Amino acid sequence: MVVAPASSLVLEVENLAAVRGLRVLFEGLSLRVSGGEALELRGPNGSGKSTLLRILAGLTRQHAGTVTYSADEHDAPHHYLGHADAVKPTESAGEQARFWASYFGRPAITATDALARVGLSQRTEVPGRGLSAGQKRRLALSRLLIDPRPVWLLDEPTAALDIEGRKLVVDLVAEHRATGGMVIAAIHGDGFVNSNTLDLSKLKAPANLEGLA
Amino acid sequence: MAVMSIFANPHRFMAVSKWFAWGFSGLGAALILFGVYQGLFIAPADYQQGDAARIMYIHVPSMWLSMFAYAFMVGASFVSIVWKHALADVAAKSAAPIGAAFTALGLITGSIWGQPMWGTWWEWGDARLVSVLILFFVFLAYMAIWQAMDTPQKAARAAAILCLVGAINLPVIHFSVDFLNTLHQKATFFAGGEEKATIGFKAPMYTVALGYLALFGGLTLLNMRAEIMLTRAEMLAQRKQAQAAG
Amino acid sequence: MSGSVSVFVRELKLAWSGGGGPVLPVGFFGVACIMTPFAVGPEIENLKTAGPGVMWIAMALASLLPMERLFQADLEDGTLDAYAGSGVAMEGIALAKTVAHWIATGIPLSLAAPILWILLQGAPEVAPMVILTSLIGSAAFFMFGAIGAALAAGVRRGGLLIALATLPLYVPTMIFGAATLYAAAIGEGWQTPLMLTGAAGLLGLAISPFAAAMALRTAID
Repeated sequence: MVVAPASSLVLEVENLAAVRGLRVLFEGLSLRVSGGEALELRGPNGSGKSTLLRILAGLTRQHAGTVTYSADEHDAPHHYLGHADAVKPTESAGEQARFWASYFGRPAITATDALARVGLSQRTEVPGRGLSAGQKRRLALSRLLIDPRPVWLLDEPTAALDIEGRKLVVDLVAEHRATGGMVIAAIHGDGFVNSNTLDLSKLKAPANLEGLA
Repeated sequence: MAVMSIFANPHRFMAVSKWFAWGFSGLGAALILFGVYQGLFIAPADYQQGDAARIMYIHVPSMWLSMFAYAFMVGASFVSIVWKHALADVAAKSAAPIGAAFTALGLITGSIWGQPMWGTWWEWGDARLVSVLILFFVFLAYMAIWQAMDTPQKAARAAAILCLVGAINLPVIHFSVDFLNTLHQKATFFAGGEEKATIGFKAPMYTVALGYLALFGGLTLLNMRAEIMLTRAEMLAQRKQAQAAG
Repeated sequence: MSGSVSVFVRELKLAWSGGGGPVLPVGFFGVACIMTPFAVGPEIENLKTAGPGVMWIAMALASLLPMERLFQADLEDGTLDAYAGSGVAMEGIALAKTVAHWIATGIPLSLAAPILWILLQGAPEVAPMVILTSLIGSAAFFMFGAIGAALAAGVRRGGLLIALATLPLYVPTMIFGAATLYAAAIGEGWQTPLMLTGAAGLLGLAISPFAAAMALRTAID
């Protein structure tokens, strides 16, 4: 099955505000990302990168504003990869990849191929607890390949990865964009080729809810 | 946007609620004193139970109020889940300890009344008392949830879910406790426990009930005010720290 | 739908590996039951009176044991994020996990019940009834327990909170299930209490997936 590039894919964010506890992380955030583009989220710890990604993934509720994806053929057009890799300690890497293939229900490539692509073909029989942090991250990355979804929401995808692993992420992102996919990633250090940057620390945020009222 | 604005802009609520909080509390105290005086000194003694029945004037309104307080929390939880308004969360949270206190009062007075009636401090055959005892633990669980969660938003939603689930289950619990009694053949004897206390003179009971209602309203408002001020103090402290840093 | 089925199959496997599966709850169930003669005395009549009730309480408490980790592990390792971020309804996932863990733990508890029943001087010919009541009752316990488990998923050491939030919901199942056992023990009509136990289980089934899903969405928020 070939991934049909969603050429009309657009993410539209309007007037988004996020609150954690009593603190406003950001407000009045509007942006537009199209298929083929990559957006790097930057800013110091606590500036709201992870929260923005979670809002875009529909996990965290925004305080105000709207998030609209134009790619309607998916219930959820996105993959979300957070800090936690969703790796089970007792299941082998192969079992976990096969589970996600059956969970998503329409695998684009076999679990074996996906694991080979992320460099885990020698580790398929190893249970999750035997994988290193970087290998767990690679296993999480294989989810992106198993079920093709037009939007990738990645929270520090290169954390814990070695140099080869970082190159893998950069390559995967480039291939995904080449097929019309969209990538939004919180990232420190080197970014992706030809990408836009949103620095959340440069948004003027009120220090607390006072400013919102 | 209005979701959290009660903390950011509480001035109107604070201004209005102040008068209602103290007004209701004062009215409640006056009604309760009057009703209790009536019940203890003016109303005639019960022809079956004598003076012991006078505790009904405190007990029965407490039982009513425990259920009213829970119903109030259910309403507030529903508003919180559907419209996500922080004021509803504050209202439900503030009502819980007061509802729990009235529930405890109802249980203790029920136990004291039951001692001469039943010859025991606690009678498991009284379905109403037993159901309210379980309700008391639901109040405790509700308050425990507020304590346990790491953010007020999460706590509010989790507590609201528990409150609504409890509301669905309470009638079932009451039914099952009733069933337990039919099983053990006590229902006929103890059916409607306190109706047996044929209090001829109901007026003091209603007076106390109204007083409880007003006191519940007043104390809940006072609690809400305290809650809002605490949250606001925390917010101002955070802002000060942010300004100092930046 | 396929997502929920996959989660169900996975949870069945996970429940039996690593976490100890049913060994711990069944062990707890057994050791709690055999405390009874030490507390109420070994006389047959005492045990016939206290046995079924104590056994039913032990069954309820044993059903609470798997609840602390039912959703917490998935919340901590990011699996719930991956589930929730992929468009599969959380209700289906909550139900799939609850049923899988009932199969992994509730059924073994029910199969252990008749052994303990006989140890506590219950009549052997009632043993099949004990299994049936335990199957239905433990399903109800798991359904209501899952609500508490979801509410406390994000709470460290949430076990006590689960117990406090869940045990009041156990009351109908406690009453009807124990009533079934007592009725069966003395050869009275057990049909009504057994059906009411089933009704409590159905109520749990009707509420649990929705309440648990709502609580889980709150937990990952």
